[in-house]
Amino acid sequence: MTARARPAIADTPIIEVKNLSKTYEGGVEALNDVSLDVPQGKLTTLLGPSGCGKTTLLKIIAGLIPSTKGEVRVSGRMVTGPGPDRAFVFQDFALMPWATVLRNVAFGLELRGVGREEREAVARRHIAEVGLAGFEHRHPHELSGGMRQRVGLARALAVDADVLLMDEPFSSVDEQTRRKFQEDMLSLLSARGKTVLFVTHSIEEAVYLSDRIVLLSRRPSRVAEVIEPDIRRGDDPEAIRRHPAYLDTVETIWQGLKRYLD
Amino acid sequence: MKLFGYHVPMMTSLILWIALWEILGQSGAALVLPPFSAVVERVFEIVPTPTYLKALAITAEAYLLGNLIAIVVGVPVGVLMGRSVIADRLLLPWVNIFLSAPLSALVPVIMVLFGLGMTTIVLTVVLFAVWIIVLDARAGARGISPSLVEMARSYGATPWQAFSKIYLWAALPEILAGIRLGCIRAVKGVIIGQLLVSIVGFGHLFEIYSSNFLMEHFWALVVTLFIFAFAIAEGLGYLERRVEYYAASRN
Repeated sequence: MTARARPAIADTPIIEVKNLSKTYEGGVEALNDVSLDVPQGKLTTLLGPSGCGKTTLLKIIAGLIPSTKGEVRVSGRMVTGPGPDRAFVFQDFALMPWATVLRNVAFGLELRGVGREEREAVARRHIAEVGLAGFEHRHPHELSGGMRQRVGLARALAVDADVLLMDEPFSSVDEQTRRKFQEDMLSLLSARGKTVLFVTHSIEEAVYLSDRIVLLSRRPSRVAEVIEPDIRRGDDPEAIRRHPAYLDTVETIWQGLKRYLD
Repeated sequence: MKLFGYHVPMMTSLILWIALWEILGQSGAALVLPPFSAVVERVFEIVPTPTYLKALAITAEAYLLGNLIAIVVGVPVGVLMGRSVIADRLLLPWVNIFLSAPLSALVPVIMVLFGLGMTTIVLTVVLFAVWIIVLDARAGARGISPSLVEMARSYGATPWQAFSKIYLWAALPEILAGIRLGCIRAVKGVIIGQLLVSIVGFGHLFEIYSSNFLMEHFWALVVTLFIFAFAIAEGLGYLERRVEYYAASRN
């Protein structure tokens, strides 16, 4: 079992990005002609050197910022703004500090006009699934960083979007918590068939989590390489981290990224 | 405060100044300054009279109504300015001008437009209170974490939902600080309005006392108004401190 570099052919693409460019006001070119497909029901990671425009790409797909050129389609529909088919998980959690965990998780449904009883029942179920049962009536400042991000994940799951867009969700979470959280997230997602697009700057995290890794070059970013780590899921998580295929893939990516550092 | 190694309570200095006032008053050195003890006696005399209570009721009504209007108008305008560059460019110069302008000079204009009545006094209160409320709400809305704004958008919030469910709450500590400062300025507004109109409420009483040279009554009225203003400021400060924990926990 070795890591193989494959061309970017999707099984069934749910997100299609075509010739996307983004130049910020003031002339900073973040993305330059990026094209990629994200396969349905898989976890795809955007990986690249820091400041390479990964988050910009993710936010364009989320409909939060407009692109300069090119197009994004989700399930065949052109993205012109945020939509209920996509749910976002934020790097800094973006929880409402004045609201309880329950209200935070139910917030997406509250905005859609779902009745209180119904949305709180859904929220309670997701709070339990991310392992925060009993914390429904706490406020974010009473929780640790890892627990806050679990709330952010529960909120994204509660709206039942097809696509989860995650912007470095574990970067503000300490190392031990992160590992446990990664394992929990994989088992949560494997049962649901969600498509996940995940931004990270950690090679280990990308290889551990992903079905497909999209390597971006330095700014203005292009797709440098698409890698599909050949690692069997469902194994003992500790075994994965010692698996030769895991270690080989990490090494391959590191060799690929090294040329962008100087 | 410590003096010669003894702990001296804060109010001690107040007692010292009151004693000085009493001595000056008793000596008869200043014609307009009756002794403090006589003023205190007058306070108990005039406060229960129907004239005083009616003036108090009218003042309270104008004060509360004016503040309510200032808050209902000022907070949304301030939040809008904080979130929209166009609104901010359009309105900020005016807000800054009115914030520092000698507003008493505008009261006669209001008087000409709206007559010598309640409307003029309520509008004077609004005029004094609203600008600082706008400015603080604006500051609060500008400080809202960008990811919270993106969160609202990505989960499909309408502009009204974003305002009522996110912006208002995220900016709440600044909004409350603005309201407190606005309420303190409104005290000036309501008294200045009444003094200039001078046929309603305390303005009318001041007019009667000063034109008849009833200095003890005059000072008694001043003392009660000072106490009210101080109590309002302290009460609002207490309320604001209670939500401070929340400002600190914002991320």
